[in-house]
Amino acid sequence: MYTFSNRLKIGALILMGIGILGMGIGFVSAPTTVEDAKAMVAAHDEGHGEAHAEEVDHGVAEADHAMVAEHDAAHDEHLLHQLQNRPWSALYVAAFFFFMIALGVLAFYAIQRAAQAGWSPLLFRVMEGITAYLVPGGIIIIVIFVLSIMHFNHMFVWMDAEVVAEDALLQGKAGYLNPTFFLIRAAIFLGGWILYREVSRKLSLAQDASDDDSNFKKNFRWSAGFLVFYLVTESIMSWDWIMSVDPHWFSTLFGWYVFASMMVSGITVIALITIYLKSKGYLPDVNDSHIHDLAKFMFGFSIFWTYLWFSQFMLIWYANIPEEVTYFVTRIEDFNLPFFGMVAMNFIFPVLLLMNSDYKRINWFVVMTGIVILAGHYLDVFNMIMPATVGDQWAIGIPEIGAVCFFAGLFIFWVFRALTKAPLQPKRNPFIEESRHFHY
Amino acid sequence: MASKVIHAYYNDDDILMQAVKKVKATKHHIEEVYCPFPVHGLDKAMGLAPTRIAITSFMYGCLGLIVSIVMMNYIMIDDWPQDIGGKPSFSYIENMPAFVPIMFELTVFFAAHLMVITFYLRSRLWPFKESENPDPRTTDDHFVMEIEVHGDEKTLMAMLKESGAVEINKVEK
Repeated sequence: MYTFSNRLKIGALILMGIGILGMGIGFVSAPTTVEDAKAMVAAHDEGHGEAHAEEVDHGVAEADHAMVAEHDAAHDEHLLHQLQNRPWSALYVAAFFFFMIALGVLAFYAIQRAAQAGWSPLLFRVMEGITAYLVPGGIIIIVIFVLSIMHFNHMFVWMDAEVVAEDALLQGKAGYLNPTFFLIRAAIFLGGWILYREVSRKLSLAQDASDDDSNFKKNFRWSAGFLVFYLVTESIMSWDWIMSVDPHWFSTLFGWYVFASMMVSGITVIALITIYLKSKGYLPDVNDSHIHDLAKFMFGFSIFWTYLWFSQFMLIWYANIPEEVTYFVTRIEDFNLPFFGMVAMNFIFPVLLLMNSDYKRINWFVVMTGIVILAGHYLDVFNMIMPATVGDQWAIGIPEIGAVCFFAGLFIFWVFRALTKAPLQPKRNPFIEESRHFHY
Repeated sequence: MASKVIHAYYNDDDILMQAVKKVKATKHHIEEVYCPFPVHGLDKAMGLAPTRIAITSFMYGCLGLIVSIVMMNYIMIDDWPQDIGGKPSFSYIENMPAFVPIMFELTVFFAAHLMVITFYLRSRLWPFKESENPDPRTTDDHFVMEIEVHGDEKTLMAMLKESGAVEINKVEK
């Protein structure tokens, strides 16, 4: 049995404390009026602000006064909303990122079950521990959605009836994109995922205590069924939870793209936690070949992610249709460093570091690459949400880092608490011997 | 050159692996093992040097990438620039996204084909080549271990028999 060491527990609690502090500062310092917002931006970059003001004056001199003033007021209000959105978006990006890790691990776990893989049963308890985070992570996301619908923020513009009233495209989508149906869908997705997680965990524990393989076989059927449910709901979830922040824009491979990101993050976290537990003397039967296989998956899914990232980019870049290409124009102009930086972190770095077969067996190499991959996929979620909600007012500052700290702390606390609840090594999995002798 | 070798026949890959480990432990030199299919871990058990084909594969991939860049820069930019989809081809780097699939494909193409050719050459395989396996059964369901005879021949034979060989022949080579 694993015992949650005090040092790790205190570390997780401190991370959560720092996170709450950081997020609190973010919420308190967000502007409440248009004047505050203008003052903040002006104070932030004096020189740039003046140049902008001159430009506006020049426009006033030539064009109709009233119209420009009205346009200016609309612009200022937009700026206010962007700045007000920032702490919310920071919260949402971090909440989704850690939830996505747990969901990716759940899908990976179900694949192992459905494929009746022989190498991985030793890692099942680690995966089950990580998927325990689905419950708190899912509840937090639902709470964020409810608060969004109650207009505490403007992340999802289609939730605002005034915006929809003036937008023909959103009116056309209102049958699908409306707050009630959105919440119903989210509840169905989360309910289904958590149901599978709990059932599979129960069967997995029951298999250890039983004297036949019936629980194992039931688990196989549940997992195969779950994968069908998951592939459909994951795709819809990515349209709902992420793509709908840009409600005019759409991409047909978006579900796959988010899937690739969640798989590679999830597998990376499995590898990191396994290496951590092993370094503390647990999981004695896990050998280098298991780490090697996890690293192969990290390598492979990093390339898969890049393939989808590029496929989405190239088709839109080549076709150059204004309503589609605006998505990438925003990202390349306002988010240049995070947008291309994440390609370096999620593709070039893991490809070069994990290409050599021997490096996949060196634990500190896997840990180092894993940390960069996780940071890169946080940036990926950041790039998916922030351009729509915060626009060019983005930064990675106290609210963003605070939110990451808080959810990292919560994730560590919840996952390692779940790991203490059952022996780390399954006893009666029919493939446990194969897994123990797994040798590349 | 006349040298004596022993051919020990096996009909199971697990038994063969055990036998190879045993023969290696008694410091006999295994010349070659002929198999109908690749046996996982046999190279390590025989103590063969690790393969360097992965390194050649990486180099061939780099070569393919360079060839594709030079080739497309000549075809699409230098020689005959065209305006495709409102994107005039005056700069390689600005049109790069359109070239990425070809860069990727040629990298894979060069790595794969040159690696296979390298493997054939290194294994001395070419069309109309006379087969080197001592017995046609090694292409069906038998494994043959070829051991050089030094010193005590009888104990070696006894050990092979004990290790599960189904047939043992002494051959002048």
